[in-house]
Amino acid sequence: MRRTIGALAACTVGVLFVAGCGGGPSKPAGQLSNNKIVLAVLNDQSGVYSALSGKNSVAAVNMAVEDFKAKYGANAITQNVEVITADHQNKPDVASTKATEMYDRNNADIILDVPTSSAALAVADIAKQKKKLYFNIGAASTDLTGVKCNKYTFHYAYDTWELAHSTGTTLTNSGAKSWYIIYPNYAFGQDMNKNFTEAIKAAGGAVVASDGTPFPNQTGDYSTQLLKASTLTPSPDTLGVMQAGADLVNVVKQYNEFKLKDKGIKLAVGLMFITDIHSLTPDALTGTTFTEPWYWNFDATNRAFADRFFAKTGARPTFANAANYSAALQYLEAVQAANTDDADTIVKQLEGKSVNDLFLRNGTIRAADHNVVHDAYLAQVKASSDVKEPWDYEKILNTIPAAQAFGPPSSACTM
Amino acid sequence: MVDFIRFTVNGLVGGSFYALLALGLAVIFGMLRVVNFAHGAFYMLGAFGAYMFVNEFGLDFWLALAVVPVALGLVGIVIERAFVHRLTRLDPLYNFLLTFGLTLILQDVVKARYTVSSVTIPPPYPLAADANLGLFHFPAYRVFVFVFAVAVCAGVWWLLARTRIGMVVRASTERPELTRAFGIDVSRWVTPVFGFGIGLAALSGVLAAPTRAISPLMGADLIIVVFAVVVIGGLGSIFGSVLAGFAIGLIQAWGEAYAPAIVSQVLVFLVMAGVLLWRPSGLFGREEQMA
Repeated sequence: MRRTIGALAACTVGVLFVAGCGGGPSKPAGQLSNNKIVLAVLNDQSGVYSALSGKNSVAAVNMAVEDFKAKYGANAITQNVEVITADHQNKPDVASTKATEMYDRNNADIILDVPTSSAALAVADIAKQKKKLYFNIGAASTDLTGVKCNKYTFHYAYDTWELAHSTGTTLTNSGAKSWYIIYPNYAFGQDMNKNFTEAIKAAGGAVVASDGTPFPNQTGDYSTQLLKASTLTPSPDTLGVMQAGADLVNVVKQYNEFKLKDKGIKLAVGLMFITDIHSLTPDALTGTTFTEPWYWNFDATNRAFADRFFAKTGARPTFANAANYSAALQYLEAVQAANTDDADTIVKQLEGKSVNDLFLRNGTIRAADHNVVHDAYLAQVKASSDVKEPWDYEKILNTIPAAQAFGPPSSACTM
Repeated sequence: MVDFIRFTVNGLVGGSFYALLALGLAVIFGMLRVVNFAHGAFYMLGAFGAYMFVNEFGLDFWLALAVVPVALGLVGIVIERAFVHRLTRLDPLYNFLLTFGLTLILQDVVKARYTVSSVTIPPPYPLAADANLGLFHFPAYRVFVFVFAVAVCAGVWWLLARTRIGMVVRASTERPELTRAFGIDVSRWVTPVFGFGIGLAALSGVLAAPTRAISPLMGADLIIVVFAVVVIGGLGSIFGSVLAGFAIGLIQAWGEAYAPAIVSQVLVFLVMAGVLLWRPSGLFGREEQMA
């Protein structure tokens, strides 16, 4: 026992002078901590958001690692790239614990994904505290690049401002003048409600009422809100649904069951993934216009990726899957270019960089708030008669240029 | 006023699912003293059963409503014989853990088959349209759910109160020792009652299938509310759990319609806490006798 303590003490003292304890050369090829790169995917693997990202995003990150190794071969900074993963169950406390574990115990160099805004905000705090990188993909809250922004957190893929200002503004301009908004009552939903309300008002529309619904919703039942929609005065012409994943499937299913369309209340969806359309079948959503950050059948590049992805997972990639691929690849490229996995060096390497890849079209990693902005798309769900192959449910109406798709850097953000 | 009635009808429909699920739990608890955590999983299996019938076998929904609960009830009987039975002599926690573990296994089996994304089925013919309830229109299938659930609850009540089988089951539930003393084999009834309870869970799952997203976790989420319902009604009380089921459906619907979100989201559990403070064994429950 005394010997163990003695050894530990010697090690602790040793740590002050050399980089590691355990012997061996610490940094041979390139400047890598632990001689390897560890990518950690933290997301929902069992709950309502598991279909839209979950294990398929882990598959996408593994594809990025394969592609990185294939591209650089023997010149790669290392062949030793590890992908680890954990289920945060959409709970902020679980997410914090897992993130700490990943950074401290598993030596993760970067955490990827983290859907559910409340969980993502918790992980952003951990990243700041541990001075390690976090690329958010799955969460949409603008707080990640606003009041909660920090040097080590980057916001990839999409945010609530983007969804509200493209979907909300477009629909209001094309005739949706009075809205009833229902949103899941947590960080993401509240943020969606706020941003949509702003965008709708700015475009000359009005929000008649908005209601929060439980998250997670144990009963899967939204019938009270749907009944309420037709009892409001003035009567709304649009039901703005901010639920996501399996919750969205429930709302849309019940919207059709209660026949609100026949009662003159159109459906607007704040956030939708291709997996949601697949669950509901396009018939349930035909004509619904929404914002799509990336679509698998948009061009040959996306299609080729989607084919590889399908061979591995049996599904077409959601935009979150593609964004996880891109984020992992951009991180590995940055490590390769900087010849180190030191977080501060990588942040410098990334800030202000322009990127064009599978997911990021005309992308820029903004230095001011670490929002990764890129082209987005306005999409519409096809009628089932226009669907030529499984999963090909979307028609891209137009491209929203990167500069318009995302809001300006928030003044609330100080790095 | 019309709106209020509309919310009330809707609450009764929501309560129908709670009542059927709570009824099954109460029947099982009464006879076996087992808190069946796997109840939600069988609700989920019932819903997937309906999906398989309609989407994979191309059969009628109504056939699923008849066949799936019976089939899953038989599965329940096998589970009782193979597992639950062996643990009833031990601390109730053992069966709680067993059924909890069973839930996780069943969920993962379904996940392996259907992945984690949800599936849906349309309301069955001829109930896809709206029903005219005089004052307003309401989805016909949901009206059917309420009527059907009331009929099933009444049927179970009749079975327990008016038939010889029911008499034996009630006697075994309330005074097992005394019933044995009359020369009635109590253990003979344990297995079929467990299967029957599971069948009720599956029945509510089939019934719920056309109204919502069918996903592997649908039961695990819902069962939390159903446990609250059973506790409010009084653990093991058949009448109490049915009544509490409909009451909680109503309270939830009214709460969501008229109260702010922050209140309506915790309303069920506030009611549960209130009832427990007032009557620790639930509205219709009896104090457990200390042996």
